Amino acid sequence: MKTSILLLALVLLLVTPAQAQQAPPSGDVLVQGATVLTVTNGTLGNTDVLIRNGKIAEIGQGLNAPSGTVTIDAAGMYVMPGIIDAHSHIGISNVNESTAPVTAQVSVGDVLNPYSLSIYRALAGGVTTSHVMHGSANVIGGQNETLKHRWGIIDPEGLRMQGAPRTIKFALGENPTRVHGRGSNMRPASRMGVEYVLRETFSKAQRYQEAWDRYEAEARTNPRAISPPYNGQLEVMTDILNGDIIINCHSYRADEILMLMDVLEDFGIDRVTFQHVNEGFKIAPELAAFGANGAAASVFADWWAYKFEVYYSTAYNAAILTRNGVVASINSDSGELNRHLYHEAAKSQKYGDLTDDEALALITINPAKQLGIEDRVGSIEVGKDGDLAIFNAHPLSIYAIPQKTIVDGIVYFDIDKDPDDMRLAADPEAAIETVTLWQQHDHHQCLQQGSLDLYDFLQDQ
Amino acid sequence: MNLFLSLFLALGLLAAPASGPDEDTPREGVVVLTNARIVTVTNGVIENGTLVIQNDKITALGTDVDVPAGAQVIDCTGLTVYPGMIDSGTQIGLVEVGSLAETRDSRELGDLSPQMKALTAVNPNGVAIPVTRVSGVTTAITEPSGGMLPGQAALINLHGYTPAQMFAGFEGVALQFPSTGRRGRFDRRSDEDIKKASEKALKKLNDTWDSAELYHRIDSTYQASPEAGRRPEYVPSMTALLPVLRGEQTLIVRVNAARDIESAIKWVQDRGLERVIFSGVAEGWRVADKIAEAGIPCLVGPMLSIPTRESDRYDKAYANVGLMHKAGVKVAIRSGNTANARNLPYNAGFAAAYGLGTDEALRAITIVPAEIFGVSDRLGSLEVGKDATLFVADGDPFETSTDIHHVFIEGYQVPMESRHTKLYDEFLNRNPGLEKHRETGGGTN
Repeated sequence: MKTSILLLALVLLLVTPAQAQQAPPSGDVLVQGATVLTVTNGTLGNTDVLIRNGKIAEIGQGLNAPSGTVTIDAAGMYVMPGIIDAHSHIGISNVNESTAPVTAQVSVGDVLNPYSLSIYRALAGGVTTSHVMHGSANVIGGQNETLKHRWGIIDPEGLRMQGAPRTIKFALGENPTRVHGRGSNMRPASRMGVEYVLRETFSKAQRYQEAWDRYEAEARTNPRAISPPYNGQLEVMTDILNGDIIINCHSYRADEILMLMDVLEDFGIDRVTFQHVNEGFKIAPELAAFGANGAAASVFADWWAYKFEVYYSTAYNAAILTRNGVVASINSDSGELNRHLYHEAAKSQKYGDLTDDEALALITINPAKQLGIEDRVGSIEVGKDGDLAIFNAHPLSIYAIPQKTIVDGIVYFDIDKDPDDMRLAADPEAAIETVTLWQQHDHHQCLQQGSLDLYDFLQDQ
Repeated sequence: MNLFLSLFLALGLLAAPASGPDEDTPREGVVVLTNARIVTVTNGVIENGTLVIQNDKITALGTDVDVPAGAQVIDCTGLTVYPGMIDSGTQIGLVEVGSLAETRDSRELGDLSPQMKALTAVNPNGVAIPVTRVSGVTTAITEPSGGMLPGQAALINLHGYTPAQMFAGFEGVALQFPSTGRRGRFDRRSDEDIKKASEKALKKLNDTWDSAELYHRIDSTYQASPEAGRRPEYVPSMTALLPVLRGEQTLIVRVNAARDIESAIKWVQDRGLERVIFSGVAEGWRVADKIAEAGIPCLVGPMLSIPTRESDRYDKAYANVGLMHKAGVKVAIRSGNTANARNLPYNAGFAAAYGLGTDEALRAITIVPAEIFGVSDRLGSLEVGKDATLFVADGDPFETSTDIHHVFIEGYQVPMESRHTKLYDEFLNRNPGLEKHRETGGGTN
């Protein structure tokens, strides 16, 4: 197996254009005189932040920058780390490969769309990083991609956050049982079936790995040894078993979350982030006790009651999880909601009296930890990426309006340089510009497949 | 699967505790709020004031007020009293769990069913009701949807044991105006198909209205001299439209795209309709002058939405209400939500931040909707003689850091609890935690 991967990598290296190997664009910025919300080291009044070559170089007062450096007078303003959305579907042209309960071999990283306006709209909400995920139609869905919002770059490669750990989408409960059980009359049709699909797939992956191990051992002494057949799906599954891919699992009910933790324990996997987790509050102690560092939870601030598995919900979820020692984040799962994650964090603060730093951590350092990128982003610290969001008021206030958003030391959103007429109509051939009247669940893209909304398609009538 | 789900759901609903046990039951009496900052909305702000609630009404208000003997006194030092917030568009009580048909009563079969009444299907024990009211949203429009004339929306107070107890004095006939907009992300019709469908719908609307006007004329003739004529044939949908044609009942026109708003203005003028409200109005800012000139009040929202056009500035939905107000349109704000109608103050807060201003935003969820719905003699501001429908907060209700301390609905002090607070109380420090654990058989790999 390893040889084939090596071969593939070699081929890719040879044919990939030089551009893809280049470092993404980065810049120098000096932000002056702001209230700096570092998240990890408290709040600093009247402080400058200097970004050089895309990295935070200095934090302090009266900083000097080389002439020509973009300088932002942020007196009276609030600077926080660029917001990180741990669950999004923006900037990709497909969400679900819903043709089978297990599709570990596919990746949304193959369908990045740098032209998607949703990237700019996210920037206008202070979001600099999005964890762009496969949908929730399958028990084991596709691999996800962690993006940086480098708006304007037309090469999809330029959107990737290079070096971010690989992640994959799992999904439990109503969505996979609805799509496959009810929609296609195949397993899983129940939560029992979901567990079975997981155990069966992991067991097959173990056998696959054993077969390759045997072959590789034999090949050392026997040049005529015959390799097992290559299986792209099981390759990915063995990477999960080996701890090379972080599982991000769409889940709602306490029972199904306990089930996945049991399965992972049996297969020696000790890292998982549960997504949505509306009933996470019921099993917060179990989540905190999972594996070496606990299972993480990425939740909605207050979404509930849109289906039965979220009927027994509480907006106090994030607070209960936090107080029980679970690393929690607030995500959007929506091209609308991601534009005001700072407000979502503020609501989570309200329900359970989190401190300002705890609330801000829900959309910065905590999602960074969940994605394995906390040494790069998620707080304002020297050496970290120059990703900042600047607000005219404290970002947890309803009156806060994002002013500027910076990624790798480059200002990608500036409210002062956003006149009404800067956007062109998307389709120059259309007689009149398309007017879209958004429906309530439009923004919730977990069950989107191409032009089909599996939610509508399979909704209980 | 359907049967299993419904059974499961039925069990779940039965198992849910009935609301309002023991001392947490809502209660009515004489209550005095003292040392309060009182934001009347219509008559300025009273610092260090007193507000007296007797049974269902506000009976006194000001700085020089006698406290009735035997009254329950609530010291509101550091707190502010506001009139209850009114959400001008929800499906509260009609929809319990969004994806489950068994729990949705917002849509009846057929395209023309103005005789359907939302109030009939309001479940007073809907779980979202306490969740909403503890946030200070005391009153809401609950509206049917689907088809051209989906039925009659109702204004309800979020407390009561029967729909009649909850009824807050307004019902309007809903009309979905023919739309040239795309219905969300998955509407893949061609521009031509959308245009055709819209034209067809407009013809149907006009045919329907022609019939309704004819029915109205026949009915009027009969009513003028019942002995002389024959009673018109019973046509339920036409009967339901009579009060609208007589000018006795309001028509709530759901319309969003700019050109549809213009068509709708022309249509209601051509039809001579005077009691008309627009609802939704996502592109209201584009034609705000025309709406203002026509004098049609608007229920606008949701505020937290993506612009309707790719070329629109990213914050246009936030700014819409402010721009419309500036042009002179009478605007109330609607959350357009059901489970999260509790976020109405944050919808208003976004409108406030993006151009409307805090005072106007507060009016847009209190006195303005009360006026639009013709209930400003009872709701929408703190005045002597009005209903004691109000809330007490420790700050600006638009800020998430503000907590709501007390809520009164028609004089009843409602318990400050909901499913969300109860689950918090039970699970913050769960007992047993991890200490009780039994090994099960484990999984089969």
